[in-house]
Amino acid sequence: MAEIAYARVGPKQALGAPTAWNRLKANHNWLGAWFMLPAAAFLILFLAYPLGLGVWLSLTDTKIGRSGVFIGTENYEWLWDDSVFWLSVFNTLLYTIVASAIKFAVGLYLALLLNENLPFKAILRALVLIPFIVPTVLSAIAFWWIYDSQFSIVSWTLRHLGLIAANIDFLGDTWNARWSVIFANIWRGVPFVAITLLAGLQTVSPSLYEAATIDGASAWQRFRYITYPLLTPIIAVVMTFSVLFTFTDFQLIWVLTRGGPVNATHLMATLSYQRAIIAGQLGEGAAISTAMIPFLLAAILISWFGLQRRKWQQGESND
Amino acid sequence: MASVAIRDVRKAFGSTHVIHGVDISIRDGEFVVLVGPSGCGKSTLLRMIAGLENITAGEIRIGERVVNNLPPKERDVAMVFQNYALYPHMTVAANMAFSMKLRGAPQSEIDERVNRAAVILGLTQLLERFPRQLSGGQRQRVAMGRAIVRDPQVFLFDEPLSNLDAKLRVQMRTEIKELHQRLKTTTIYVTHDQIEAMTMADKIVVMHDGRVEQIGAPLDLYDRPDNLFVAGFIGSPAMNMVKGRINLNGAAVFEAPTGVKFSLNGAPAGSDGRPAVYGVRPEHFSLSDDGVDAVVQVVEPTGSELQVVAKLGNDEIIAVFRERHQFKPGDKIRLKPDPRLIHLFDETTGKRLTN
Repeated sequence: MAEIAYARVGPKQALGAPTAWNRLKANHNWLGAWFMLPAAAFLILFLAYPLGLGVWLSLTDTKIGRSGVFIGTENYEWLWDDSVFWLSVFNTLLYTIVASAIKFAVGLYLALLLNENLPFKAILRALVLIPFIVPTVLSAIAFWWIYDSQFSIVSWTLRHLGLIAANIDFLGDTWNARWSVIFANIWRGVPFVAITLLAGLQTVSPSLYEAATIDGASAWQRFRYITYPLLTPIIAVVMTFSVLFTFTDFQLIWVLTRGGPVNATHLMATLSYQRAIIAGQLGEGAAISTAMIPFLLAAILISWFGLQRRKWQQGESND
Repeated sequence: MASVAIRDVRKAFGSTHVIHGVDISIRDGEFVVLVGPSGCGKSTLLRMIAGLENITAGEIRIGERVVNNLPPKERDVAMVFQNYALYPHMTVAANMAFSMKLRGAPQSEIDERVNRAAVILGLTQLLERFPRQLSGGQRQRVAMGRAIVRDPQVFLFDEPLSNLDAKLRVQMRTEIKELHQRLKTTTIYVTHDQIEAMTMADKIVVMHDGRVEQIGAPLDLYDRPDNLFVAGFIGSPAMNMVKGRINLNGAAVFEAPTGVKFSLNGAPAGSDGRPAVYGVRPEHFSLSDDGVDAVVQVVEPTGSELQVVAKLGNDEIIAVFRERHQFKPGDKIRLKPDPRLIHLFDETTGKRLTN
């Protein structure tokens, strides 16, 4: 259209060809870029820049109160030989894998349960969300009491039931402490998984279940062949988030154990904080944080390629 | 293939009764259409036959078996849903094979049956596609393919054409009918569209408010509707209805309160002075000097015929002509119903008066 209109004006060019600037203003692709600019500015300022700064910091020997100089990969070489660092990597992987797997299993079970026609369904759904709503620090403090070596309600109950003779030392023993913080993390993380999967379940058309029922599928087969495959995209998203949140967890550990006993519950995030802020070794702390990036990228890539494989979602809809 | 017998079937959701005792018998190989307005219970009845809803009272038999308490998979029925209910994560072939796979049929048999169904429905080129990559009509065919592969005793269709555009609907209507003529499987088909019912059915069941109004062959229902509901529901444009009284003093006539009179070929005994409804189908009017005065309101040519909306006394009626009359709004015409083809109904009960 535009060309025809200009062509008619002919050699005079009286109306003037649009300037490059005007064309840029009207171009749809550029318009999109303009609209994204504010968001991009915020992301660059508050995410990309600090991340870059953190990575740079990890290549220096900066300490609190002393700006450092570039020392290459010396911090990383140092960490390579640091058994506490490797212990924190082990702890983080154990914490993430066990907690995420159980959160997924329990969350999926709860979601399936809440998707049934239960009495008081709305109230039950609201109740499930409580651990998610309570601020992490508050629930961590509650767990701190539950796990207290003297006043633990769990120990008290078990003792009164006659099941144990002495209080359980939840946070004083290495493995007890690990399982205790994992349990607290699961308690807090299940609602997110459950509610998100429930939302996913509700997008599955009931007529698919009816069709499968008539096709002769049992309840398990309906789950295996209908629910689960249709839920995989949302499972991929929710589990990616869950893994990322769990891997970078800090608050819960810091309130409950501060990484103890003898570093048994130190995660990479808490170790980084301890080295950088408490001990003042900013460069070394930054290196620990930076070391988390490959793990997180791996988690994202796994779910990304998991999503890419599902061809059935990407067909065009032309009805 | 099997016959289906529905005996005094009732359905209640809590204290809400939606089906009040329905009796239908369906012969082996018959194509039966359940038709009625929204909320008449036709879909619920179909779902009860499929086993997706419990039967509150009564009995449903498929073949020789009472299926009231059988789970859906043991009833050996296949159902085509309004929204097709195709499994979005499975290819066309996998969608059709799903039921046989669950049954543990050998792969060679599955392939053979899926391929045969695909040939029948023209889906051979589409077997590896996913439902999202198909058009509405193709999805509809896959849904039918899924039913055919099962080779069930009974096909159940729940408003399968409502999601298609008008042209495709007409085409699929023919395809389904051809399919039935070829497979001869007993079919129960639910629709709210009386044209679908008329064109496809061997036998129509007209339902209204959870009751059966009339059961019969399409043309029987058209020619001799049992009651006012069926008369008004079957046929498009709908039958014209004029309220009035039968007068048997002298020549039998029907008189509307406005003074409009239609002569009758005779009237049932004892109907003199009875309040009644006079029904005449739009195509049973002819132009005649001894007809009734009417004023043309709207003229709607469809090409093959001419629909004329006219004012007859206080009533607005529709007449359909095969001829291309040159009417204009406001023209006065004289319309004469064919007295052999008119219908009389009792105004209070709505029942047909035998004539």
